[in-house]
Amino acid sequence: MVERSTLFSRVLPHAILLLGVFIVAFPVYLAIIASTHTAADIINGRFGLLPGGQAIENYSRILFKGTSGTTREPVLNMMLNSFAMATFIATGKILISILSAFAVVYFRFPFRRTIFWLIFITLMLPVEVRIYPTFKIVADLGLLDTYAGLTVPLIASATGTLLFRQFFMTVPDELLEASKIDGAGPMKFFWDTLLPLSLTTCAALFVIQFIYGWNQYLWPLLITTKDSMQTIVIGIKKMIVTQDALTEWQLAMATAVLAMLPPVAVVVIMQRLFVKGLVETEK
Amino acid sequence: MDKRVAFKGWMLPALLLAPQLAITFVFFYWPALQAVWQSFLLQDAFGLKTSFVWFENYTDLFRNRDYFNSAMTTALFSVAVATLSLSLALALAVQADKAIKGAQAYRTLLIWPYAIAPAIAGVLWLFMFHPSLGMIARGFQSMGFDWNPLLNGNHAFWLVVLAATWKQISYNFLFFLAGLQSIPKSVIEAAAIDGATPRRRFWTVVFPLLSPTTFFLAVVNVVYVFFDTFGIIDVITGGGPAKATETLVYKVFSDGRLGGDLGGSAAQSVILLILVIGMTAVQFRYIERKVTY
Repeated sequence: MVERSTLFSRVLPHAILLLGVFIVAFPVYLAIIASTHTAADIINGRFGLLPGGQAIENYSRILFKGTSGTTREPVLNMMLNSFAMATFIATGKILISILSAFAVVYFRFPFRRTIFWLIFITLMLPVEVRIYPTFKIVADLGLLDTYAGLTVPLIASATGTLLFRQFFMTVPDELLEASKIDGAGPMKFFWDTLLPLSLTTCAALFVIQFIYGWNQYLWPLLITTKDSMQTIVIGIKKMIVTQDALTEWQLAMATAVLAMLPPVAVVVIMQRLFVKGLVETEK
Repeated sequence: MDKRVAFKGWMLPALLLAPQLAITFVFFYWPALQAVWQSFLLQDAFGLKTSFVWFENYTDLFRNRDYFNSAMTTALFSVAVATLSLSLALALAVQADKAIKGAQAYRTLLIWPYAIAPAIAGVLWLFMFHPSLGMIARGFQSMGFDWNPLLNGNHAFWLVVLAATWKQISYNFLFFLAGLQSIPKSVIEAAAIDGATPRRRFWTVVFPLLSPTTFFLAVVNVVYVFFDTFGIIDVITGGGPAKATETLVYKVFSDGRLGGDLGGSAAQSVILLILVIGMTAVQFRYIERKVTY
C-alpha cells in the first residue's frame, strides 16, 4: 500500500505462510515416513525424517492381509466399506434433498412452511445427541452390520435441502413460465430445465458429503460389530492399543495414510467445487 | 421468500417429500422424542420397574461431580481450540491475502487437512507425542520434561487440544481468507492515506469488518469441539486418564456403553440438544444482524 515495500516486508508473509504449511503438513509427512520403516525401527525410535525401505512390504501386507493382532481384516476391504458408505451417503443425500427442495420451492400446498421447518430443525440434531435412541431403532429394524444401517440414518439432514432451496431461489422465474407455456408438467420441468442447471450444486454437495461420509466415526463404531463391515477409520482405532507394545505402528501409519488419501485427493483435485460446497452449505 | 409462479396440487409434492420426511421422522424426531421421554423416567436396578420421576434425572446430574467436571473440560476445551485455531488461521489468512502472488497455491497447501477424519488426526498426533516412541515426546524427554499423556491428565488434555486445533485451522483459514478478500480495498486505502500504520489499519478497519466471519467461526468451532472431536478423543485418550479428557458427548457415549442408567444418559442427551439449539439460534440471530461494531 502506501508504505515502501522492503525486502523484509515482501519476504515475511511468505515465511509465515511456509511455516503454516510446515505445521499443517508435518504430522502427515511423519506418518508417510513411518509407514515405510520396520516395526523395530519405530519402537526404538531409529527412524529419522527420510523414508525407509519397507514401503511395498508394509502397504501390501496391510492392504491384503491386515495386522497380525487386534484386527485381521485386510485394509482393502475396509476401504471398500468406507467407499461404499461415503458414496451411498453422498448420493442418497443429493437425491432426497433435491426432490424435497423442488417440492418446497416450486409447489404451493398446505403446511408447506411447517414441513420446511421440520426439515430445517434437523440441522440442530447431530447424531451425537441422539446416539442411543437412534441406535436402538436401527437395532430393532434389524439393520446392525448392514450398509443400510450405516448410511440411511445419516442421509436425512437439512444441509442438502437448504443448499438446493437456496440455489432454486436464484433460478429465474421466467424459465418456469416458459416451460409452462410449452405445456411442460412439473417433472418435465425438473428433468429438462432444473436438473441440468443444478449439476454444479450437486457436484459441490457430493464432494462435501463424500468427505463427511468417509470420515464418519461414532456411527459406524456403534453399528458395525463384524470385522468385515468395518470402515477404515474404525479399523485404525482397533490397531492402536494405547497402553500396549502390541501396536504395529508401521502398519497403523500405513493405514492412516490410506485413510487420508481418498478424501484429501477429492479436496485437492476438486478444490473449486469443494470450496463452493463448503462455503455455501454454511450460509 | 417465495417464487412468483408455482405448480399446484399436493399429491406430487407429498411424494417428492416422502423419502426425506420418512427418514427424518424415523431417525431424527422419533429418537429425539424418546430421549426426552426417557429422561423423565427412572428404572430400578433390575430393569423391572420404570417410574416417572419428573426432573430427578436432571437434578441428579447437576449434583454429580463427574458431570460438572466433564462440563468444565468441554468449556475449557472449546475456549482453547477456538482461540488457538482462530488466531493461527487469521494470522495465516492475513498473510495469504497480502501475498497476492501465490495466494491460490497457499490456499491449496493449507486447506487439505479439512479432509482428514478427526480420528485419523488423533492417530497422527498420538504418534508424534506417544511417550515411548513419539518423535516430539522423545525431544521433550531429552530436555528433561517428563511428558506422558497416557498417565498425566494435563498432558492428555493439551495433546487433544493440539490435534483438534490442527485439524480446524484449514476450515477457519478458508473462511477468513474469503472474508478478507471481500473487504473493499478502497476502505483500507483510505485509512492508509489518513496515515494509519499497517498495524492500526488491521485493528481499526480490517478486524472490525471481519467480525461477522469471526463470530460465525467462533460458533462453528465450539460446535466442532462439542461434537466432531469425539474421534480425536476416542483414539488418543479414550476419555482418560482419570476422565481428564471426557467431554459431554464422550460422557454420553461411555455412560451409555456401560449400560445401566438409561434415564441419566437420556437427560445428558437432552441437555446437549438444548445447547446445540441455543448455539444455532445465537448464530442465526447474529448473522442476520451482521455484527459490525
